[in-house]
Amino acid sequence: MGAFRDKLERGEFVVTSEVAPPRGTDYTKMRATVATLAPVSDAVNITDNQGATLHLSSLAASRITLEDGVEPIFQQTCRDRNRLALQSDLLAAWSLGLENVLIVSGDNPHSGDHPQAKGVFDLDSTQLLQVVTQMNNGTDMNGNPLDGDPTNFYIGAAAFPEAEPWEFQLARIEEKVAAGAVFFQTQAIMDMELFAKRLEDLKQFGVKLIPGILLLKSLRVINFINTRLPGLTVPPHLEARIAAAEDPMEEAIQIAIEQAKVCREIADGVHIMPLGSNQAAVRILKESGIR
Amino acid sequence: MIITAPKPLEALVASIDALAAETLFLVGCGTCAASIGTGGEDALAAAAAEFERRGYRIAGSTVPESGCSIPGTRATLRAHGTAVADADAVIVFACGTGVQTVAEIIDQPVIPALDSQFLGNSSRIGIYAEMCRTCGDCVLDQTAGICPLTQCPKGLLNGPCGGMDNGLCEVVPGLDCAHVRIGRRLAAQGRPRRSPLTTKNYDRDLHPGAANFRAPRGGATSPSSTEN
Repeated sequence: MGAFRDKLERGEFVVTSEVAPPRGTDYTKMRATVATLAPVSDAVNITDNQGATLHLSSLAASRITLEDGVEPIFQQTCRDRNRLALQSDLLAAWSLGLENVLIVSGDNPHSGDHPQAKGVFDLDSTQLLQVVTQMNNGTDMNGNPLDGDPTNFYIGAAAFPEAEPWEFQLARIEEKVAAGAVFFQTQAIMDMELFAKRLEDLKQFGVKLIPGILLLKSLRVINFINTRLPGLTVPPHLEARIAAAEDPMEEAIQIAIEQAKVCREIADGVHIMPLGSNQAAVRILKESGIR
Repeated sequence: MIITAPKPLEALVASIDALAAETLFLVGCGTCAASIGTGGEDALAAAAAEFERRGYRIAGSTVPESGCSIPGTRATLRAHGTAVADADAVIVFACGTGVQTVAEIIDQPVIPALDSQFLGNSSRIGIYAEMCRTCGDCVLDQTAGICPLTQCPKGLLNGPCGGMDNGLCEVVPGLDCAHVRIGRRLAAQGRPRRSPLTTKNYDRDLHPGAANFRAPRGGATSPSSTEN
């Protein structure tokens, strides 16, 4: 059993962070990022063509990360592969020692660097979660037995606790739990009070909740989030703090520290998205008392 | 109905000139394309005037009742005698089915004048929206009559996805999220929230599709779709 799963299931607070595979064949930069984040993380998410932009596969980059002694969370989107390819890659992932998976729908190709691409979406994230669950029970998605010991994936899904209308997001999370998700990593949380309320609604499912924290390091980043990142809006009071700050990066770190402290009290972990400022992520985790 | 849009005139002329065609015969369609205004009598008259202005000769034109009926279109074209055979090319103002129907009937080269867009309905004259992807595996009974495969740009059967923002779609600005609409309509009808829809059976979406609803010889039975 992996240390990440073990710790989370024991009820200990975990830290996850996020790394993109290279946009090419050179792992140097990715490995350096992993090396910075690993000492403060229990596991590192390896993204899958994130934002529908071309990167080396999460499968290979997850394996490289594992070889470097860091526990990866292999991400799989439904955008680029049909059900044969998805299952094939899941089997490959297990055979390569990848235990943690995060299943997401994926951004539409329209928003990425290959807008001409066909979005596959043969399965959606709920259906793919069901497939992983079936694989853990020793069969493919059609119920046909697979050779060898069954997989034992630790199955994660995405949640959007601030999204409105909440009733539909809540129903969606319930569907994902029924499909086999046991831990959830969330979109960046902006309003901690609202998140605390939503967490109460989610307690009934008995799953592990790892809220996302995103470093709002400049007004440019805030503008990007508000205009280009679907489903995410930086509230005016946080934007005002960054706008008024003499040192926006320092103010962003302070906001993230405050958020991390709240997560420490009410959630099962925290998922840091440092947007390339990896040293800042280390500071946030240390100064919030988490590490 | 099948929604069609005219090809850019210059592209159409380029296709005609690639065949060095000088005499043209125009064929429309009296069903979908006529109703939209892309393939009825008016559209053909306007096209004929434009072609003549550009120096082409028009051998004739006709609008079959349904451009997708092989027998009906054949009879309509026959009524024009040698006018079709006199043409160097036949320009078809119909969906891709209509173009291929004409191509089956005549010997001359055919040129599509329209691009087939989608299966849609109209809310007002000139305003059309896609409704059906003809997937062969209809789930509208479970989704309150809103097709997630068509109305969700990602074609997700279960949603909303993480991009949904205040009930709106992340991909198409201003579009209501299909999954929120489905949820709201189910609730308004007092129906319970559906369990996740199962995976789609694309085995029923084989191309080319074919169906035979004819009663077998020797006795009438209820129509049934044939497997592809």
